[in-house]
Amino acid sequence: MSITDSPPRAGTRTARRRRSSDRGFNRGFRWIAVGAGVLILVVLAAVALFLLWQAWPALTAGGDELAAEVPRFPADTSFLGYVGPLVFGTLLAAVLALCLAVPVAIGIALFISHYSPRRLSQVLGYLVDLLAAIPSVVYGLWGFLVLAPVLTPFWLWLNENLSWIPLYGGQASTTGRAMATVGVVLAVMILPIITAVSREVFLQTPKLHEEAALALGATRWEVVRTAVLPFGRSGVISAAMLGLGRALGETMAVLMIISPGFSYSLDILAAGQHQTIAAYIAADFPESTGLGINTLIAAGLVLFVITLAVNMTARWIVARRKEFSGAN
Amino acid sequence: MNLSRFTRAGSAVAVGVLALSLAACGSDPEPEGNASDTDAPGSSETNSGEEMGSISGTLSGGGASSQEAAMNAWRAGFQQANPDATVNYDPVGSGGGRTGFGDGSYAFAGSDAALDEDEIAAAEAQCGEGGVIEFPGYVSPVAVAFNLDGVDSLNMSPETIANVFLGEITSWDDEAIAADNPDVELPGTTITVVHRSDESGTTENFEEYLHTVAPDIWTAEPSGVWPVDGQESAQGTSGVVGAAQAGQGTITYADASQVGGLGTVAVGVGGEFVPYSAEAAAEVVAQSPRTEGTSDYVYTIELERDIAGTYPIVLVSYSLACTSYPDEETAELVKGFLGYVVSEEGQQASADAAGAAPLSDTIREAILPGIESISAG
Amino acid sequence: MSAATASTTTSDATERTRALLTTADSGRRRTDRAMQVLIWCAFALAMVPLVWLLWTVTTEGIGRMSIDFLTLSTRNIFGGDPGGGIYHAIMGTLIITGIAAAISVPVGILTAIYLVEYGKGWLARSVTFFVDVMTGIPSIVAGLFAFSLFALFLGPSAQMGMMGAVALSVLMIPVVVRSCEEMLKLVPNELREASYALGVPKWLTIVKVVLRTSVAGLTTGVLLSVARVIGETAPLLVTVGVTDSINFNPFDGRMMTLPVFSYRQYHQGYAPCPAGESASCVADIAFQNAWGAALVLIGIVLLLNLVGRLVNRWFSPKLR
Repeated sequence: MSITDSPPRAGTRTARRRRSSDRGFNRGFRWIAVGAGVLILVVLAAVALFLLWQAWPALTAGGDELAAEVPRFPADTSFLGYVGPLVFGTLLAAVLALCLAVPVAIGIALFISHYSPRRLSQVLGYLVDLLAAIPSVVYGLWGFLVLAPVLTPFWLWLNENLSWIPLYGGQASTTGRAMATVGVVLAVMILPIITAVSREVFLQTPKLHEEAALALGATRWEVVRTAVLPFGRSGVISAAMLGLGRALGETMAVLMIISPGFSYSLDILAAGQHQTIAAYIAADFPESTGLGINTLIAAGLVLFVITLAVNMTARWIVARRKEFSGAN
Repeated sequence: MNLSRFTRAGSAVAVGVLALSLAACGSDPEPEGNASDTDAPGSSETNSGEEMGSISGTLSGGGASSQEAAMNAWRAGFQQANPDATVNYDPVGSGGGRTGFGDGSYAFAGSDAALDEDEIAAAEAQCGEGGVIEFPGYVSPVAVAFNLDGVDSLNMSPETIANVFLGEITSWDDEAIAADNPDVELPGTTITVVHRSDESGTTENFEEYLHTVAPDIWTAEPSGVWPVDGQESAQGTSGVVGAAQAGQGTITYADASQVGGLGTVAVGVGGEFVPYSAEAAAEVVAQSPRTEGTSDYVYTIELERDIAGTYPIVLVSYSLACTSYPDEETAELVKGFLGYVVSEEGQQASADAAGAAPLSDTIREAILPGIESISAG
Repeated sequence: MSAATASTTTSDATERTRALLTTADSGRRRTDRAMQVLIWCAFALAMVPLVWLLWTVTTEGIGRMSIDFLTLSTRNIFGGDPGGGIYHAIMGTLIITGIAAAISVPVGILTAIYLVEYGKGWLARSVTFFVDVMTGIPSIVAGLFAFSLFALFLGPSAQMGMMGAVALSVLMIPVVVRSCEEMLKLVPNELREASYALGVPKWLTIVKVVLRTSVAGLTTGVLLSVARVIGETAPLLVTVGVTDSINFNPFDGRMMTLPVFSYRQYHQGYAPCPAGESASCVADIAFQNAWGAALVLIGIVLLLNLVGRLVNRWFSPKLR
């Protein structure tokens, strides 16, 4: 995500009309460029097709056959019954991370776009982006060895005093390796992308709107509330969805922190209740053979479809918005 | 567009390349460097010793991940004695190891369970009639470990252990525990069970133990997957130990060598309580009878879980090989390597590195003819 | 707009207005202040994990740093042996990421050129859209894709560096396209038009003028996208496997990489030391190794980020 103005499209178009003498080179170069673009579409299609091809044996096998061949496959269920709790865990982790990250991310984006000293804003943006650059395995190490022990007393307190709230019910984990901790780590990991997209949108707020608000005697917060936030609403929504996409696919941090289980429980403080698709695949893949691998790839296909849907919705919102954001 | 910009960029690239080429002078550690204790394997009473030093080539095996730590020690010991030899071991799991051995992609394999008849038949298709070698190369005691302030050791009967891991006993001051530990002041802490989240031979073995000694309580059929839902779990031995150390009142089962500062349970067996020790664990293997009706080179044991004075929770992990290989080099490598594995220093190496219980001399005597018979052709 | 509507009967209208304005103002100012503090706090809150994490990794990892740690592999190292190092992992990471970059950069830059210089119509729109969608592919899915692709030719037990490079390319291409697209858009049209006016054909204009002008920006984009994928663990876990020896050949056999090394060491846990702690047996050596590798990895990532930003700042033409 970088900062930029709108593209110089108009000039390209005038350039297009020109004819040049060595058409061959021109055409060749053009086709190479087009080929690269098409290649990307092909790769995306290939990802879907290859996953489907490898997942097919598992998708078509009966529940009994899978139960016999695949460890941890519960008896008397179909593939859907098996992948259901995993999907639930994946969504729960992502939504939890989102709830924690979005308010903070909006704050940071506003800070960088409207509150921080002008000279510093770019550097501060880099700092937030650094959070995205840190490898997820390091988040995992940190989450398990450092963060979980620190959060445990807090989770226990929540469990003790607020257990009437459904999320805080159940038997709280004494090791902190529960969904709540995963949610916090994932929230940190998706902060940068939400911040970056929101920041872009906030910066695009029409200057006239802001100045008009100021002229009416609005304070800085009132400018933000009346001009910036309404303008950026759809951008923030799509930013949140992009963050959701990230959180859905995160593997290592979840794998290293969570104490897995397969249920539809909402008790985010309890251990052994949830597992995400990505972490499940990474945990079981090295020791799987035959149909076991097919089953894991089928789970991966489900994850792929979910993230694809979320990302496409997000991008669609962004794209739709672009068309009438010509207020500048 | 001034040119110096590009020369500056060029110099930045040059610096990068220089840094890379500097980094490119690394190497594998020198064999002499840190192996003085295993460097002189020529103790002549072991059969393998004589062949050491002359073997070369690459040997690939795979299978049970429980053997990985011991296998690292064996590979290191063998490679140091035979600098031209490389042994690879893929910790792909017992199932993967047996499959790979059956289709010939692994020259040897490790498995946490003895081969059943079908699997023997499949292996014989690869090795030839009666050509399968199977022996318990790695015997690992599994400790029942807990984290409870001020308590280092507890007595527990098999029934109590089963009830605790089932989640039936939920508090450390439960009467069942207190009755066996009159001298210990037990806190009222809640018991948190931590089990392995990955499929593992350790889990299967522990379940098998519980199923054997407390069949009325632990009714689930042993498999590599933990049967109780909703409990704390973690990946791998290190994971469960780490989780147990992180929480109060936790209890888990893990390779005895890796339980670190956790307290361990003295297990009720044959009317007394036996704390974990490598000797007591080796004893149960030595005293358990050999499976009958197998071919000469298949040495598997029927583990007896209730011999007084022995430590009954042990993971017996088998090594698989063929008596004949298509080419000379592989045969030499397998023979040399497995010879080293069962040799005294090999067993000592795995005891030091992975806390394995060393094989007794009787078992070694019984295994060696099979390994000796490995040849090409 | 605020709570100051409670005006009853006051004698003096001016007084009333003044009171209204001042009370309203103080209320609004308080909200303004409060929100300002909250927003500052949000930023500070984001900095907490960053600083905490970097601090932890540095303090835990610095103890392992030595020439040996950087130039030796872990071949023949086991248990609590504090010897050996991460050389094989560094090399694996550099080779695999290098190949991934070699695949992604040409494809990415050409696609960006297509989008900026040629693109219009449904194809360009769908490429833009799907490139964006592709940035959201979970890394583990990319790994599974590479696995499936190679399983078609080599069977399901294949593991080699090339597979990891393909998986990383899937993740890297969209990032390269996005950042390079931005950079190409920054090239002012006057430059292109001047070139056309001199009779330079379009392809030569792109190569000689557009790419030339934006080379610093493209470098930044490429460096940042390398930094993005160099820390990926999950796809390498399912495609490249693990080894403890040095392997320079990405087409044959397993390779170790820094993130996977860190994860494996963490996974290994405490080593048994029969004779207690000594110089030759350190119980928590695996965790030290994990942190050490993490420190090196973060160092590389931060360096790439820093160099990337600086290249753009120092070398890019001052256009705006």
